[in-house]
Amino acid sequence: MKSIKEKVIESILFACALITVLTTLGIIWVLLSESYSFFSEVSLGEFLTDKEWTPLFSQKHFGIMPLVTGTLLTTFIAICVALPMGLTIAVYLNEYAPKGIRKTVKPILEILAAVPTVVYGFFALVVVTPFLQSIIPGLSGFNALSPGIVMGIMIIPFISSLSEDALAAVPKTLREASYGMGATKLQTSFKVLIPAASSGIIASVILALARAIGETMIVAIAAGQQPRLTFDPTVPVETITTYIVQVSMGDVPHGSLEYKTIFAAGITLFALTFLLNNISFWINKRYQQKYE
Amino acid sequence: MSESQSESSFKIEAKNIDVFYGEKQVLKDVNMPIEGNTVTALIGPSGCGKSTFLRLFNRMNDYIDVFHKKGEILIDGKDIYRKKTNVEELRKSVGMVFQKPNPFPKSIYDNIAYGLRIQGINKKSLLDEIVEKSIRQAALWDEVKDNLKKSALALSGGQQQRLCIARTLAVEPSVILMDEPASALDPISTAKIEELIQELKEQYTILIVTHNMQQAGRISDKTGFFYMGDLVEFDETQQIFTNPKNERTENYISGRFG
Amino acid sequence: MNNLQRNKIKDKAFKYFGVTCTFFGIFILGVFLFGIINDGVSRINWDFLTNLPSYRPKKAGILTAWTGTLWIFGLTAIFAIPLGIAAAIYLEEYGKKSWFANLLEINITNLAGVPSIIYGILGLEIFVRLMGLGGSLLAGSFTLSLLILPVIIVATREALKAVPLTTRTASYALGATKWQTIWNLVLPASLSSIITGVILALARAVGETAPLIVIGALAYVPFVAKTPLDEFTVMPIQIFNWISRPQHGFTINAAAAIIILLAFVFVMNGIAVYIRIKAKKKSH
Repeated sequence: MKSIKEKVIESILFACALITVLTTLGIIWVLLSESYSFFSEVSLGEFLTDKEWTPLFSQKHFGIMPLVTGTLLTTFIAICVALPMGLTIAVYLNEYAPKGIRKTVKPILEILAAVPTVVYGFFALVVVTPFLQSIIPGLSGFNALSPGIVMGIMIIPFISSLSEDALAAVPKTLREASYGMGATKLQTSFKVLIPAASSGIIASVILALARAIGETMIVAIAAGQQPRLTFDPTVPVETITTYIVQVSMGDVPHGSLEYKTIFAAGITLFALTFLLNNISFWINKRYQQKYE
Repeated sequence: MSESQSESSFKIEAKNIDVFYGEKQVLKDVNMPIEGNTVTALIGPSGCGKSTFLRLFNRMNDYIDVFHKKGEILIDGKDIYRKKTNVEELRKSVGMVFQKPNPFPKSIYDNIAYGLRIQGINKKSLLDEIVEKSIRQAALWDEVKDNLKKSALALSGGQQQRLCIARTLAVEPSVILMDEPASALDPISTAKIEELIQELKEQYTILIVTHNMQQAGRISDKTGFFYMGDLVEFDETQQIFTNPKNERTENYISGRFG
Repeated sequence: MNNLQRNKIKDKAFKYFGVTCTFFGIFILGVFLFGIINDGVSRINWDFLTNLPSYRPKKAGILTAWTGTLWIFGLTAIFAIPLGIAAAIYLEEYGKKSWFANLLEINITNLAGVPSIIYGILGLEIFVRLMGLGGSLLAGSFTLSLLILPVIIVATREALKAVPLTTRTASYALGATKWQTIWNLVLPASLSSIITGVILALARAVGETAPLIVIGALAYVPFVAKTPLDEFTVMPIQIFNWISRPQHGFTINAAAAIIILLAFVFVMNGIAVYIRIKAKKKSH
């Protein structure tokens, strides 16, 4: 029989663990309840199909699509930078680099993910945008390209580190079989290792995607605040996250329809990242079963 | 045969081989001449250096950071550790079958075609032909001919190992290294592999590491007994098993039989 | 033959491409740090550290920002560390194998992937409005505590997992209770890894901007916070505010403030890595 003290301790520990569940429930409750009252004033049809998002103007439109395309555009650019770079780095570190280099480089690259994002925003606005403007004439001072690229650099370690882990987990015997037949490291990496580690790699990419979609400060600083339904990377756009920041910084009265828009935007963002995170989690679970 | 004509009349020859893992010496002055179209068995207790020795012939030890060696490994009279050796080309002509079957997570067909494709051979008719020929050679054809698109991982352990042998044969090596190829298999599969080795001898030179004394006795022409990094005895298999010259060889062999 | 040579060349080419990519990331980091230090270091002086915010760039300082950051750092540590470690102990040592433990596990994985700005929205509704804390330090540190809780839990669980089963069974064999074993053996054995994880999590909290903006932390706070119920600003928000202004003087200020923020974050990361390396040496 357990003593009372042991039981009390276990209950306290349990209560602490329960807070994580309450957090999730809190997020869902807050987003749902406020969005519910938002959608009692704006129809879901308008929210999803209207091509304009102007809740803060006198001529109000509540179409989320411009914010969604702004988010997807910057995310797409980020992935275009991070995927080839991150995967190349993972393959290089896993198959080519001497052990010493791998051990040193991995933590250094991970610093890229530890830098506060507001700092990246500064980098995008003050360094990268002027640089890009010297190459691309007509590039607006706020645009999707510059923060997209910088965000891509930020998420490189997500892809490189996790993919490298996945590659390293491929059984040694497969590697030897390929080398044993005269394959080069490059052929072994791309024809055997990457296919064998594909689920782990895909999971890492999805995680990086979710991170880019939820990223706020870089885009808030360098992408602009003009919701616009476009896939042109050279003009200002607004992401979902930027919009939430924009409203938070202003003087929107609590309880107004304008105030409630941030919850509608928030639930859209939450749904997107929740979906991606779960796909990643699910792929990873399957992947682990395969090798253990 | 070209300019650097053979100083050796043997297909393969290991000359004065010392191997070190960092400070630790794992092979000591090993000499072994091997004739073509023979099966040579390498036996000895675990950790005696026989697997390390086997992996010298296709330079698989290169991937171990602390590995270095002295001496020469000659194949067709040329030292394969020369600077200008193309390691990939070497491995094409010196195939290897591993202890545990290690098919790629691809279809049966793609497993066999892998070695050809990495050499840039993509012609469908040619691939089809070689794939069939290799699988037939590995005595697997009747079991898989209707399911070449099936995942190789769905095969049984014994079938997987024959697939791995077929995969090795497809690139037409002249030497095949086998590292305990039957240790993970059931007796029936083992028998099939042994039979196969006998047939392959006609065309290939085979080196096989094995823990199984009877197996060594059944399939090999010559046997080398390794003990703690020394090649204690190397002779005709029959000689080794019936009348070993060295006491340690005798103890090992009889110990295993007893 | 030709093909083999071509493959060899491709292999070499990829190797150099790999080196280039790998060092490109590090190179960018270097260029960037150099640029910022170049821009901002001359602006850092005593006045910059001790002045209140101002609309004139030359007179503006970061006193309220760095004190706010220290407040947030301290309060978040107080709330998040015990909570996180306790939750991790429950998950790793007690609540195994039940369906509920499974749910907790999936839940934490999900929380770790929720964008930080969503935590801001949660904090805004629960702490700022419902609990009536307003845009105070307390509301801010509560919000950030929830944000870094999953990070601390995951790191702590990894640390606990690394303690071998034999240690535990040896303790049980001597008649120790579960909690005695955890408190006297498991926690001390995993302490350095736990500390490493905690420091990295706190470093993340210090760099967060978005959730604090959402709960209403202000860009302009003309006084130093005295109690946890005071309004506040933090370094990242001050930086964000300065970046958003057109005058060049504020860009310089932002660079200077970034140097100080990065120094703080990197020192924390450095300490974490140092503890990890030291612990590894000790265990060998």
